[in-house]
Amino acid sequence: MELAQPGRGGQRLMTVLQRKNPTERALLAGNRLYDFHGGLRLRHNKKISCETPVERAPLPPRLFVPMLQHSGREAEPTVREGQQVMKGEQIGCFSHLGSGCIHAPTSGTVSAIVKHPISHPSGQDGLCVVIRPDGLDQWKQLDPVGDWQSADPEDLRRRIRSSGIVGLGGAVFPTGFKVEDANRRGIHTLILNGSECEPYISCDEMLMREQPDSIVLGAQILQRAVGARRTIIAIEDQMGAVNQALEDAVARSAAEDIDVVKVTTIYPEGGEKQLIQVLTGLEVPSGGRPTDLGLLCQNVATATAVARAVTEGKPLVERIVTVTGNGVHRPRNLLAAIGTPISDLVARAGGYTPGAARLVLGGPMMGFPLATDANPVTKAANCVLVLTRDDIRDPGPEMPCIRCGECARVCPAQLLPQELNRTIRAEAWEETRDGGLRDCIECGCCDFVCPSHIPLVEWFRFGKSRLRDLDAEKRRSDLARERFEARSARLERIKRERKDRIAAKKRALRDERDRRDRIAAAVERVRKRREGTE
Amino acid sequence: MVEAVLSITILGILFGLGLGWAARRFRVESDPVVDQIDAILPQTQCGQCNYPGCRPYAEAIASGEAPINQCPPGGDAGIRSLADLLGIEPMSLNPENGEQASPTVAVIDEQACIGCTLCIQACPVDAIVGAPKLMHTVIEEECTGCDLCLPPCPVDCIAMVKRKPQAGEWSWPNPAAAGNA
Repeated sequence: MELAQPGRGGQRLMTVLQRKNPTERALLAGNRLYDFHGGLRLRHNKKISCETPVERAPLPPRLFVPMLQHSGREAEPTVREGQQVMKGEQIGCFSHLGSGCIHAPTSGTVSAIVKHPISHPSGQDGLCVVIRPDGLDQWKQLDPVGDWQSADPEDLRRRIRSSGIVGLGGAVFPTGFKVEDANRRGIHTLILNGSECEPYISCDEMLMREQPDSIVLGAQILQRAVGARRTIIAIEDQMGAVNQALEDAVARSAAEDIDVVKVTTIYPEGGEKQLIQVLTGLEVPSGGRPTDLGLLCQNVATATAVARAVTEGKPLVERIVTVTGNGVHRPRNLLAAIGTPISDLVARAGGYTPGAARLVLGGPMMGFPLATDANPVTKAANCVLVLTRDDIRDPGPEMPCIRCGECARVCPAQLLPQELNRTIRAEAWEETRDGGLRDCIECGCCDFVCPSHIPLVEWFRFGKSRLRDLDAEKRRSDLARERFEARSARLERIKRERKDRIAAKKRALRDERDRRDRIAAAVERVRKRREGTE
Repeated sequence: MVEAVLSITILGILFGLGLGWAARRFRVESDPVVDQIDAILPQTQCGQCNYPGCRPYAEAIASGEAPINQCPPGGDAGIRSLADLLGIEPMSLNPENGEQASPTVAVIDEQACIGCTLCIQACPVDAIVGAPKLMHTVIEEECTGCDLCLPPCPVDCIAMVKRKPQAGEWSWPNPAAAGNA
């Protein structure tokens, strides 16, 4: 890692080292990379989709833009049926969030707002805005930031927030939030994650090869937006052409504070927490975020989206999707408008081979199978993988856990999958929580090595859902308790007040009677005295 | 002999004072057991346990007056947690108190409501809003599904419906169940 070498301002770096926090010191002083626990060396299978340049997928006759782009709630459509929309116009938003909005991928007419199969592991239908393209592909009035170098960082962040940019690495977390949070907490280093470690997927690699300048520009803008002092672009050592392309782009941009770092390819090194551990030797605390270490991690594709949003004013309406696997004739990377049906992409990649057996969205480790190829591309869809019958390893029947510990050895989060498996099956939720299920990144390493073919990740996902539901239940019951107690207190108070009021009235009455008695007595006394004197 | 007795006595007094001081100085306020029981109870405030709310039932359990199997909304999982907490054997839910059902919320048919405020007075968590002779409505997030508003309603305009999961709140299925299906 060439971070603090003499000749690259080594002296300057050494002097500022004193007042830096441990993470930054680790990054600068290191000159080395670290390991993370576990992980697997997998066959990359990336070459097959990297042979042709990225190609723009033609616009389909209908675009189905899902309102559910990421985990969480559906966005609310902001257009009506029959309405004309321009490319980049907002068509869906979250009234409660104000980030991660959805924009029209092309100009045309909203022909319907219907339930349609969406790319979601539930296999359920979701609300989609259907757009019939008019073929003009006309952008709305664009309003780019003139000069990002002198723009107010607040302005840049607002632009990122309003452009519907989400993490394009797969987690689809709204970038607007991440950037705001990073700015608030203060970070020193921006990490651009180009270490796309899952087999088959090559969309980021192709992007780095073809648009390195855009990535570097995005890095500079992000750096300014959050006030980071430097950027590290992490790529994998097996990405041959990428390193040079990025180095050249950095040199062209004359940015001094951007470094390209090669990391060795071990799955799941591209995971945010794992990458940070490799670069700094420090762990993101359980339940914490990289900002706790003064870091912000973004995918390289997200950086290009940021660059486009700021310098061209264009919101995120398309992404590169890898269409690959032995089940398609011509694997390749396609630049697809959000909402393009996956069937169109497969057709563009030469169609299915006779042996095609399974359609997977995402990679072979973390992806999920799709029931139909009518599903549209979402912002999260990095890869469409078509596997043949030969690729699918028949897992064989599930056997009891023999407690070999193989899963714990490969777990990058240093959990004990065999224990979590036991506690989830026993529905011992407190134990499961204490076991750190939340820190599971669902990378699938434990699944892969399990000699008993236990679908561990399925169990972990189920367990996570249950924990989330239990938390929601807890919040509900806490609210109910609070309201019940408030009501009890109020009833008690009303009762006491009524009693006090009655007592006061009685007292007043008694006083009144006393007064009358006293007057009567006085009158009586006077009368008697008069009678006496007469 | 005398020295030995004396020194041991003095040591004993010193240690006793030390421990006494430490017990006061480092005293840990532990959760009274009522609070811990109350934390496990589902806070439906439905009264199916024959106590006027979850807190009174928790107090009854703590004093040994009531068994732990009288809470239908808490169900078997709740009974198990209570048994764990109190160190007793779990038992099955007492059918006299009702059966465990999926969570519900009350919905008022606003057309039929005459605005009598009786349900508002019955609601244990103030989840119904309205005013005399004006229609009432239920705040869904705050309704515990206790059914207590049903009996007082003179026009039977309140219905209990299954609580729908929030949009996007999709849960991964149990792999065991999925495998059998």
